[in-house]
Amino acid sequence: MLKTFPKGGVHPPENKLSAHLPIRQIPLPPSVTILLSQHMGAPAKAIVEKGDQVRAGQLIATGEGFLSGNVHASVSGKVTRIDEVQDASGYKRQAVFIETAGDEWFEGIKSDDILEKDFDIDGQEIIKRITEAGIVGLGGATFPSHVKLNVPRGKKAKFLVVNGVECEPYLTSDHALMLEKGEEIMVGVQLLKKALNVKLAHIGIENNKPDAIRHLKELSAKHEGIQVHALKVKYPQGGEKQLIRAITGREVPSGGLPVDVGVVVFNIGTVYAVYEAVQKNKPLIERIVTITGKDIKQPSNFRVRIGTPISALIEAAGGLPENTGKVIMGGPMMGKALGNSEVPVVKGTSGILILSDTESSRSIIQPCIRCAKCVSVCPMCLEPYLLMPLAQQNKFDTLEAAHVMDCIECGSCSYICPASRPLLDYIRQGKSSVGKIIRSRKK
Amino acid sequence: MSKLLTVSPSPHINSNQSVEKLMFGVVISLVPVFLASLYFFGIGALIITTISIVTCMLTEMIIQKYLLQTEIRIRDGSAIVTGLLLAFNLPSNLPWWMVVLGSVFAIGIGKMTYGGLGNNPFNPALAGRVFLLISFPVQMTSWPLPITSRMHYIDAATGATPLGYVKEAIRNGETVSDAMTQLPDHMQMFLGQMSGSLGEISALALIIGFLWMLYKRIITWHIPVIMVGTVYIFTGLLWLIDPSKNAAPLFHILTGGVLLGAIYMATDLVTSPMTKTGMVIYAAGIGIITVVIRVFGSYPEGVSFAILIMNAFVPLINKYVKPSRFGKEVKHG
Ligand code: SF4
Ligand code: SF4
Repeated sequence: MLKTFPKGGVHPPENKLSAHLPIRQIPLPPSVTILLSQHMGAPAKAIVEKGDQVRAGQLIATGEGFLSGNVHASVSGKVTRIDEVQDASGYKRQAVFIETAGDEWFEGIKSDDILEKDFDIDGQEIIKRITEAGIVGLGGATFPSHVKLNVPRGKKAKFLVVNGVECEPYLTSDHALMLEKGEEIMVGVQLLKKALNVKLAHIGIENNKPDAIRHLKELSAKHEGIQVHALKVKYPQGGEKQLIRAITGREVPSGGLPVDVGVVVFNIGTVYAVYEAVQKNKPLIERIVTITGKDIKQPSNFRVRIGTPISALIEAAGGLPENTGKVIMGGPMMGKALGNSEVPVVKGTSGILILSDTESSRSIIQPCIRCAKCVSVCPMCLEPYLLMPLAQQNKFDTLEAAHVMDCIECGSCSYICPASRPLLDYIRQGKSSVGKIIRSRKK
Repeated sequence: MSKLLTVSPSPHINSNQSVEKLMFGVVISLVPVFLASLYFFGIGALIITTISIVTCMLTEMIIQKYLLQTEIRIRDGSAIVTGLLLAFNLPSNLPWWMVVLGSVFAIGIGKMTYGGLGNNPFNPALAGRVFLLISFPVQMTSWPLPITSRMHYIDAATGATPLGYVKEAIRNGETVSDAMTQLPDHMQMFLGQMSGSLGEISALALIIGFLWMLYKRIITWHIPVIMVGTVYIFTGLLWLIDPSKNAAPLFHILTGGVLLGAIYMATDLVTSPMTKTGMVIYAAGIGIITVVIRVFGSYPEGVSFAILIMNAFVPLINKYVKPSRFGKEVKHG
């Protein structure tokens, strides 16, 4: 029996067009735009000025405050300006613009691909390097990794869970990474185990990637305390709470954090970044990005410098198709639709998905026929058909009592609804209002 | 880049399901039942079904266009389903104007007064049927004989339904086993060779439709299985207590619309509960009330009333039976 979370979930067509394709490097872009908010929390503070020469891997902005993180130059060249630019959500954000010149790396960084297996440093030192390297969750949530590693007093981590599920349709960047960088991932897992002081790590992979499961199982046999689990193909298997439930049987309590049940979760891409930070002294300045879509000429997995404009990736994959309706950063279930294709790649960019006009159009909204499908697919066991009208009517007390804050915004309810009701659109609004009310109550 | 991009919140794909497809799926699943009704009741079945569907659709259209002056949603197919199901709950010799009245009631009062599809608390087809049963008790309980009445409509030769026959026999002091000798055997009943309403007779056809709907994920197994199971257990207990006064459980399931009710009427999406636990409570309730009416009431069957009664409890069930939330049962370790 494959492990899985117990209730709810959907199975959209997988469409992993770029599966099994090797990771390719794309040419360095002529310029990069490095956003100063690539993590939850407050924007990092720039420490370079217009006209400065920088090298790849050089610190250009420091994390300010609790959930912030360092930001580094991803190419070598000249800082042309520090200005506002539209990010994936359409907001104007501060960014450092760098004009590329050559490819010079900051001293001390090993930019080669040689495997460095051995380490002899203590947990505190590992956490320090991860902090310096500006590592955030690469699965998309962009939660700063060092914050997760500093387990709050009174709580104790027992397991490390590594998320190699990649349950979003289309995306294959984690899959490619597992196939090509398995050894490095094992080292990364050992480093994180040491930093957390835990004995056991679980790696969860959806069963539609049998080659990755086989490969990592073989490798893990040579490492102590790493177990690889094949998980049922069901969305959102990679949701943090669902993954923990599937692997450990523990349910993160409503409103709680994984560490409340003794678990800390890292994405497979983040684990690789940790390896690079600690073993190669390399800050987080590049990542694997899937570029995909049914009408894309060459769906690909690219290794991309942070700050590269999306348009450069699309070009490298054969250009934007004529019938493009939506350009999405992330997967089709949780990704963000972009207003233009000049938005830069950020640390949380796992993929770029191009949908055609027909694929991206929404159907006409019909009245709810009370078919209960939304209830049966909700992985958090909520009642989306009730939450939507409550949110529309601003009934915030009732919404809160109906556990709206538990919603993980997975989109399964909107996906399944035969009446094409935009359930999550409204639930999200309700959630944000209720969230504000809860925060103001705490003050 | 000049191309205008669509920006809307996630999710960006959908399951390609629609209300029309769901309703169409129900209609397809009813094809075997319809064929069975044609085979056993011939021309009457065709007339009743046609009138019922056409009237239901017209009623909905007229109300939407002239009374409510809203968008005409006839294309969602729900009126066709109501029309079909109402017809399947009627005897094949019912005068045409009564069918019209029943259809107008089903859609007009049973559905549109509440605001149309999705808002009606009671199953519209059953509302129509019960309205006819109360208004025209004689015509609604005269049942054409199967096969022999194929070429007749109003003038079909009639007889009692097996359930009615047994009830009458028990009332006259006969034993159930004596009564049974006058009735078709279980195999004939399973195939549908008995008197009854159009769609209730053939268990075989109904079960095929059930499996199709399960395969197409239109409904889940909970309501039909729990309802039939409850009827089986309850009548089984009574039968064990006194087999001379109570019919066997299998007989109860094959007759009097238990299967039609369980598979098609109780599972109506709009009027059944939203959670699995709620569905179990609801279906068990229908089963129990059905048997109580059959054994202790004056009507021989009782499925329609039982479903309508439990329909009334659905809002209450939805209010108090909530899904058990993720993260509620905290497992520390
Ligand atoms: S899935 Fe859509 S139609 Fe069905 S109950 Fe939920 S909101 Fe209503
Ligand atoms: S309510 Fe939230 S958690 Fe539940 S299915 Fe919808 S988006 Fe997912």
